[in-house]
Amino acid sequence: MNTVSARYLRRRVVNWVNLSMSVLGTLFGLFWLVWLLWTLVDRGVRWLGPDLFTQSTPPPLAPGGFANAIVGSILITALGVIVGTPIGILAATWLAEFSRRSRLAAVIRFVNDILLSAPSIVIGVFIYGVVVARFGHFSGWAGGLALAIIMLPVVLRTTEDMLKLVPDQMREAAAALGAPRWRVTVMVVYRAALGGIITGVLLGVARISGETAPLLFTALNNQFWSTDMNRPIANLPVMIFQFAMSPYDNWQHLAWAAALLITLAILALSLFARLVIRSRSFVK
Amino acid sequence: MSPMHRDDTVPTHAVSPQMLAGAGRDPARATVIENPKLAIRRLDFYYGGFQALRAINMDIAERQVTAFIGPSGCGKSTLLRTLNRIYDLYPEQRASGEILLDGRNILDRDQDLNALRAKVGMVFQKPTPFPMSVHENIAFGVRLYERLSRTKMDDRVEWALRKAALWDEVKDKLRQGGTRLSGGQQQRLCIARAIAVKPEVLLLDEPASALDPISTLKIEELIAELKSDYTIVLVTHNMQQAARVSDYTAFMYLGNLVEYADTSTLFTNPAQKQTEDYITGRYG
Amino acid sequence: MTVLARSAAQRSRSRQALRSAAADVLFRNVTRVAALLVLALMIAILVVLVVQAWPAFHRFGWHFFSGREWDPAHATFSALTSIFGTLVTSAIAMVIAVPVSFGIALFITELAPTWLRRPVSTAVELLAAIPSIIYGMWGLFVFAPLFGEYVQPWIIEHIGSWPWVGVLFQGPPMGIGIFTAGLILAIMVIPFISSVMRDVFSLVPTVLKESAYGVGCTTWEVVWRVVLPYTRVGVMGGIMLGLGRALGETMAVTFVIGNSHTLGVSLFNAGNTISSTLANEFTEAVGPTYTSSLIALGLILFLITFVVLALAKLLLLRMAAREGSPT
Repeated sequence: MNTVSARYLRRRVVNWVNLSMSVLGTLFGLFWLVWLLWTLVDRGVRWLGPDLFTQSTPPPLAPGGFANAIVGSILITALGVIVGTPIGILAATWLAEFSRRSRLAAVIRFVNDILLSAPSIVIGVFIYGVVVARFGHFSGWAGGLALAIIMLPVVLRTTEDMLKLVPDQMREAAAALGAPRWRVTVMVVYRAALGGIITGVLLGVARISGETAPLLFTALNNQFWSTDMNRPIANLPVMIFQFAMSPYDNWQHLAWAAALLITLAILALSLFARLVIRSRSFVK
Repeated sequence: MSPMHRDDTVPTHAVSPQMLAGAGRDPARATVIENPKLAIRRLDFYYGGFQALRAINMDIAERQVTAFIGPSGCGKSTLLRTLNRIYDLYPEQRASGEILLDGRNILDRDQDLNALRAKVGMVFQKPTPFPMSVHENIAFGVRLYERLSRTKMDDRVEWALRKAALWDEVKDKLRQGGTRLSGGQQQRLCIARAIAVKPEVLLLDEPASALDPISTLKIEELIAELKSDYTIVLVTHNMQQAARVSDYTAFMYLGNLVEYADTSTLFTNPAQKQTEDYITGRYG
Repeated sequence: MTVLARSAAQRSRSRQALRSAAADVLFRNVTRVAALLVLALMIAILVVLVVQAWPAFHRFGWHFFSGREWDPAHATFSALTSIFGTLVTSAIAMVIAVPVSFGIALFITELAPTWLRRPVSTAVELLAAIPSIIYGMWGLFVFAPLFGEYVQPWIIEHIGSWPWVGVLFQGPPMGIGIFTAGLILAIMVIPFISSVMRDVFSLVPTVLKESAYGVGCTTWEVVWRVVLPYTRVGVMGGIMLGLGRALGETMAVTFVIGNSHTLGVSLFNAGNTISSTLANEFTEAVGPTYTSSLIALGLILFLITFVVLALAKLLLLRMAAREGSPT
């Protein structure tokens, strides 16, 4: 009797200790999130001001903002979205609607999942090799293309998952009215999966708008106002990198302000995307 | 003897040219259908390697209600799904034999499936409103084949909704989402959607099985109403329903057509032991 | 409907049918091309990297993988320190991130009250949404100084003198270095690993857990003896996925690793990784050999992550297949 209860006690203690570790682990994870966000607010808020949005990046020790970097970021992100999204959606359509069980589809799915997690700096090297080296100079086009390659697998993956959630009955019902397959897909299936597809695009935008590594040797950076996609173009991530690593106070302040803004924007986008998927999903 | 059964020991009463020529033992009970809308000949059906229908022969009368009954898995839905070739959406499913619609074999390779499905409408077990408004749900199918002015389209939508006995309930909700209607209303919306295309044949796959008794009653009244314009084929697991609404009834079992007769005969004086067992509730 | 009207309608229908059949073929092929583009992209990445890395491999041969020199002045390059740094930082990240992620997944699936589950998992996933450059800035300017001032000296003093393990924790307390990079990588991959673990844990059939509780198991025993064995394959897949992310992570590491092409035993030394070398030196590389050597590093990184991620995917597919056919 005694040994049984001692053994039971030991099990209870093991249980308690391990579950406590689990709670501690969770707190450990959340601790860094809070610390990071606090750092951004603490170091970023005081440098916020209207100049940030109206002036271009200054030389060392002069006042200025990063309007050029915001515009540049928007331009190359937009290029990434415009190129990456349609290809991703169409490719997902082929996988989900036309070749669910084919071997080729399985290979493409596999490759896509690897691209999804592939090091983004390697994508930068690739675009450097095929675009920058060929044309002899860094450019906004190259940066946007690098972002498109990162965007594509995100959109493809979410879109395919969402299309697969649309019940086959919906496709049958549309086909039974005599709708050709493309109309079934475009007008009924896409529509049913719209919330999910939008979420995928938003998550993709959130992902690429903070990417720095693939821009380092594609879009590079530009200290001046420029919307010429054919030349190096200013963008927030690379600007943050260069300014943060610089010895100049005013550049560091701009880097913190930009870091705060871009993080808030991305977190808001991620949270919004989650809300979209929850409210617009047709599957209950 | 008709080739309906693999073992020809069981006499059958399905209608086939052979029977009309006098093969039936009881001519008074043979279901004579002149100028059938649909004539099914030696139809086999396979899901991959599994044979789901075996040498089906039957004629379906124009502007009458024909019901398929039988225990689940007997092939009644499969048979229905061959009549508009909706199974064609799935590469692993195939049919062989002939199905003559107005004398033309729709199983022909060069049969245009979309045109066929515009002619042979279908309503499914679960209501399948598309993720769009009530109005658009109905206009969707119409637009596939006709270009109508706004007012003409509105007229058509109203006409279809009236035919489906839904107009009074939804005339103020035409711009609302079709998914926000009640289950019974959704199913009548699907019927209206099918009718709006002006098909000649309507296939109903257990249209009331997901509905409450009152909605079921409405659907049954509707079927009686519609048969003056359409050839209706109804699959149901509910024998009372078949008895109430159909003119002809086919009893299927394990992929075979066991007995086919006018409804009152089949229910009151079945020729086959299997049919009798089924309608008296001894199995299924 | 009159016969006449019907036949007119039929004629227009058949014309329409022809057009829609053509549109169908077109649509199908456009989507197919898009899908094949993904495959082509992967092949193109490999081909471009191999072709452009070839001069470096050709010039240095196997020595590229085993040598320690990285000397732009004499155009002599080899990858060992970068590969070493990449593997060691990722290993540190895994040692920290795997148990923490397990704890988080356990907390979310078994311990947390229902209302807390979604907020906690969302918060953890937000860690993955924060751009890596932010981790880098925070690591360099906030974490490293505190770590170097308060934590590192203590570790060096106490653990640095232990036999065997001690050598890993010696040297000046600089704050930055391989260990710091590994720790920050750990934080960055926790959301990836924990969300996979959470997903596979929730696949465990309730009856299985209930029957374990039924014979008197504690929560921990149910998780350790039932949930974990059942989901082992998926958990490994999640870990591999996190590892793949850690290996290729660039900006955070570039900020805090110290960027030195030296090879040392102590984890508190400055070092470098493949990705940090690329980030720091690519735009400044002069001469074809230098650039080619950097691209060769990129190729090595791509191949390592390819293998790890492929493994992750295979494990997760096996988990999914098993879920389909319950054991």
